[in-house]
Amino acid sequence: MIQFDHVSKHYPGGHEALNDLSLEIRHGELLVLAGHSGAGKSTLLKLIAALEAPTAGRVLVNGLDVGRMRQSQVPYLRRSLGLVMQEHRLLMDRSVFDNVMLPLVIAGQTPADAAKRVRVALEKVGLAKFETAMPITLSGGEQQRVAIARAIVNRPSILIADEPTAHLDPAYAREIAALFRSFHAAGVTLILATHDDTLYSPYGARRVELAHGKLLS
Amino acid sequence: MSVHLTAIRQALQRLAGKPLTTLLSALVIAIALTLPALGYVLIDNVASLARGISGKPEISVFLKTEVPAERVKAIETRLRANPQVAALRFVPRDEALKQLAARGGFGDVTGALADNPLPDAFILDPRNDSPASFEALRAQISTIPEVAQTQLDSEWVERLHAIVALARSTTLLLASLLGTALIIVTFNTIRLQILTQRHEISVKLLLGATRTYVRRPFLYFGLLQGLLGGLLAWALVTCPLFIVAPQVEALAQRYSIVLAIGGPALWQAGALCAFAALLGWLGAAISVRRHLHDGLVD
Repeated sequence: MIQFDHVSKHYPGGHEALNDLSLEIRHGELLVLAGHSGAGKSTLLKLIAALEAPTAGRVLVNGLDVGRMRQSQVPYLRRSLGLVMQEHRLLMDRSVFDNVMLPLVIAGQTPADAAKRVRVALEKVGLAKFETAMPITLSGGEQQRVAIARAIVNRPSILIADEPTAHLDPAYAREIAALFRSFHAAGVTLILATHDDTLYSPYGARRVELAHGKLLS
Repeated sequence: MSVHLTAIRQALQRLAGKPLTTLLSALVIAIALTLPALGYVLIDNVASLARGISGKPEISVFLKTEVPAERVKAIETRLRANPQVAALRFVPRDEALKQLAARGGFGDVTGALADNPLPDAFILDPRNDSPASFEALRAQISTIPEVAQTQLDSEWVERLHAIVALARSTTLLLASLLGTALIIVTFNTIRLQILTQRHEISVKLLLGATRTYVRRPFLYFGLLQGLLGGLLAWALVTCPLFIVAPQVEALAQRYSIVLAIGGPALWQAGALCAFAALLGWLGAAISVRRHLHDGLVD
């Protein structure tokens, strides 16, 4: 379970990304964060992954206070999450296989076990035939699927995605959304920041709208 | 263990990935190490050369001319029993005169003498090489009533000790300065690597890599680059010595000096490489600590 307890986040320069926000995300939930650009969606996701620390309030992830945890604990929190960023953040000089394998290498998996899990993950996102390809040779949608495969390869219980379909054409966006819904159906807690909540709302997603760092609905 | 092997493999890949840069960096390190290492080896050889010219230092003990033979024998026994005396040679006054006469130009002079003016003498080899021990032994022997004079040939030892000490200090100072240069070279190399790999590092941190995990390949890189520099430095020290050694040895032979010029011993080569690797690791550690925490990486 994830809990935001009167959380505020102010960036240097005075920008207020979140303002006294309280929110609870239950285990196995599909939560869609909606709102205009700069509403605080990305900041909320970054707080969950300890990519940012709250200025005030508490963020609890499975009972752990993310804002107050020791720096040495942060990597282990991130290993328990699956992160899909808007800009993919793939390593362009490594193959698709190596990109997806990276979280397992970091976690210290044996190469044989890791290779099996990478192939399963690539199979799930429909890129089994592209494991030796370099990401640069793939389309935007395929690159996003590589990023998704990398996020799920560690079998996380919480999957976080920041605008995963922002730069994709409608057909690719529907494919990616279907992929996310399948992970949610398998029991993964899914938190998505998106401009297009129609891809998820008909499938039992809870919609939360942010504006100027505050919760609207 | 596997995380270390992975980090070593990554470091080797980075070294092999840019062979020219690797070679140039290793050469800079090697040249920085060659100067003090060569200095150290030359000091060793100079010390051996000095030993070759002067032999082992001795103390000459001259007795009074009227000392009877039985007292001379007693003094010899006493000197032989002294634990500070490694070896002893008795030179009777008649033999000393013969030796003097045998030297060119002195035959006529000794022939003209009515009596032998030379005393009996002992030549001692002290057990301990230090000038302080020589002085102590000489002072001890001078207390024997029949001893007229003791001659201590220790000045050259003191001078040699002073020269070698000065040379060693200078080499140490040079090694410290150039060792610092080596740390700076590695620091900068790692800084550039972190800059070029900042995207990869931030992705790894995002995926749950610990800072130790991120740091490790850079540390091994610094260590391996230092080791490579150390090996090159060993080659740069050894090769010139082997080239000039025959000429220097032949020159020494002309002065009846048996001289064998040698390069660094195996343990010295190992110490040089270990020292270089340690400095490389240190430079990398400082650089990684500085640059992974100053916002260079997200």
